[in-house]
Amino acid sequence: MLTIATGNKAVAAAVKEAKPSVVAAYPITPQTEIIEQIAQYVSSGEADMEYIPVESEHSAMAACIGAAVTGVRTFTATSSHGLLYMHEMLHWAAGARLPIVMANVNRALGPGWNTWAEHTDAFSQRDTGWLQVFVGTVQEAYDATLMAFRIAEDERVLLPVMVNLDGFSLSHIMQSLETVEVGDFIPPNRLPHAIDIENPMGYGPMTGPADYFRFRWDIERSMRDSRTVIQETEAAFAEQFGRKYGPTEDYRCEDADVVVVSMGTLGKEAEVAVDLLREEGVKAGSMRLRWFRPFPDLDLKGREVVVIDRDYSFGYGGVVAASIRAKTGVECYNVIAGLGGQEVTYDDIAGFVRERRIGEEHWFGVNE
Amino acid sequence: MITISEIPKEEYLKPCTAACAGCSSSLCLRYVLKAAGPDTVLVIPACCTSVIQGMYPNTSFNVPVYNIAFAAAAACASGMSRAFRSEGKKTNVIVYAGDGGTVDIGIQALSGAFERGTDFLYICYDNEAYGNTGMQRSGSTPLGALTTTTPAGKTEYKKDLDRIVAAHNPPYMATASSAYPLDLYKKVKKALSIEGPKFIHIMAPCPPGWRYDSDRTIEIGKLAVKTGMWVLWEREHGNLTVSGPSKGAMARPQPIDEYIKAQGRFKAATPEIINELQQTVTKNLERIRKEAEGIC
Ligand SMILES: Cc1ncc(C[n+]2csc(CCOP(=O)(O)OP(=O)(O)O)c2C)c(N)n1
Ligand code: SF4
Repeated sequence: MLTIATGNKAVAAAVKEAKPSVVAAYPITPQTEIIEQIAQYVSSGEADMEYIPVESEHSAMAACIGAAVTGVRTFTATSSHGLLYMHEMLHWAAGARLPIVMANVNRALGPGWNTWAEHTDAFSQRDTGWLQVFVGTVQEAYDATLMAFRIAEDERVLLPVMVNLDGFSLSHIMQSLETVEVGDFIPPNRLPHAIDIENPMGYGPMTGPADYFRFRWDIERSMRDSRTVIQETEAAFAEQFGRKYGPTEDYRCEDADVVVVSMGTLGKEAEVAVDLLREEGVKAGSMRLRWFRPFPDLDLKGREVVVIDRDYSFGYGGVVAASIRAKTGVECYNVIAGLGGQEVTYDDIAGFVRERRIGEEHWFGVNE
Repeated sequence: MITISEIPKEEYLKPCTAACAGCSSSLCLRYVLKAAGPDTVLVIPACCTSVIQGMYPNTSFNVPVYNIAFAAAAACASGMSRAFRSEGKKTNVIVYAGDGGTVDIGIQALSGAFERGTDFLYICYDNEAYGNTGMQRSGSTPLGALTTTTPAGKTEYKKDLDRIVAAHNPPYMATASSAYPLDLYKKVKKALSIEGPKFIHIMAPCPPGWRYDSDRTIEIGKLAVKTGMWVLWEREHGNLTVSGPSKGAMARPQPIDEYIKAQGRFKAATPEIINELQQTVTKNLERIRKEAEGIC
């Protein structure tokens, strides 16, 4: 069905379609609309799920963990400080191999209080063992949420998945949305280690170094396997619903001499910048990184690369640029832009490309 | 009336636990599980119980045990209870948490789960300190007690957990003691027969924490009840009744001195502190007596 919706409403609609048994959540701007919409679906009878309005994000994730381990499908949504408050439980969910799906509406961190977009919240949860996907449109927020359940619950993965969407610039923006009937696209959730009264076991007890180490390796092995599962899921999605996704969204990259790498809504803005640059005769392309964990293999050799980081690792550098440098060995011009919702237009992005100084870092609008 | 011979022979806590000798909390857990039966999932935050179950891949429990982070037991149980409900299952969800995980770090999750009317049983076994990490003070440590973080004796009072829980108006709450297992057994059975959030607070003497010889666990527990340091009662839908073993103590409590002297943890308590503790006991007994008589 074709409709228009905000990014938040699109996520909620996808959750309704995926039919989790338990949703536990705590409100935080700009995520609130997702859980309000889900609460509305539940109260009107449009969705049959247990909705638990918990007292904190730590409890939201704990409740999802408690529910997920019985073998049912679970979902939660958060943002910014909520995500950070969950931190301990994020490790727990991944370590317990529970396929929880969460929408994280990317938002800056205080102080000072700022409710606008920034990716530092998600990146600070980088090492928790969660898969992380970043979306650029309302449609993609919907599609990625649906796919997240299938990916997370695949026996080769069994890890939680975080769907990231930019605060306000996507969460509250209206775009057209084509909803689908998932049918058998998401198979029933079968957790091999679900609690079984007939076969009582201890879940997550004290574990010695050898077993613990093996469990960590199992997480990494599943992260590696998840690349295949993601690929299969995205291919199946394209076949069934006609919309294609991959680890990156490449725009006019084939013959590009200079490639802009970015994430989320800035990636869509970069496509417009690329068109502008092409008119000026600059052979530019845009590569929007969709998956951050597992980190994709990027083909950037022989190009000039401009990386826009809507985040920062203090005392080190932009997180995306650092990852690209480490993974590909390719140097880049690292622009730090859009923190706390700073406006970054396609004109600005075209400017980054025109004035690129490979090997340098630049804080847009701050240290000119 | 249930008698000791009617308690099921099935063991859900096997004799291979890693508990300290004389651990009363593991003794209580044995009775809790006998009362709850096999259709039960135990949720435990970080505490002595997480050690008692033993090391992966072994377990000393004969029911599924879900280990969760220190602050999260009640919230985890909330999710689990609702998940079972969504599947149409009646499985008992029981949190078995220490006092630290209940009165300190876990209080927010506990409050939330009770406020939401979660269908579960929350049991706090109160050894009045952080046993797992080596006997530091908790909010439940009594005034004057020595712990590794109150080496000169605690200067604050024990937090009144029962009044905090009571403020949430659960349909059933009770106190129990490891020295009176039959009373505990009956209370767990009754709690599990009621829908909604239930709470049982167990006084659980701890030999290394309280600094007494491990063969005296039951004796110390009985002294706590006889002196009125610990009162056994249950409150069903708001109505409080004093339980059998405490009835005598309510009428004629023994002075607390014997209880205090039996434990090394009070060895630095001055006569003023002991007097202070005694006055608190007297006031508390008076409050409970009035409530039981309907004067409150
Ligand atoms: C967030 C967090 N902080 C601290 C700890 C360390 N820790 C584990 S158990 C424990 C104390 C538990 O005390 P209590 O709840 O009274 O149970 P007991 O050990 O006495 O059975 C502490 C401080 C932890 N696991 N998690
Ligand atoms: S420290 Fe105390 S409560 Fe913990 S296992 Fe030992 S005796 Fe039991």
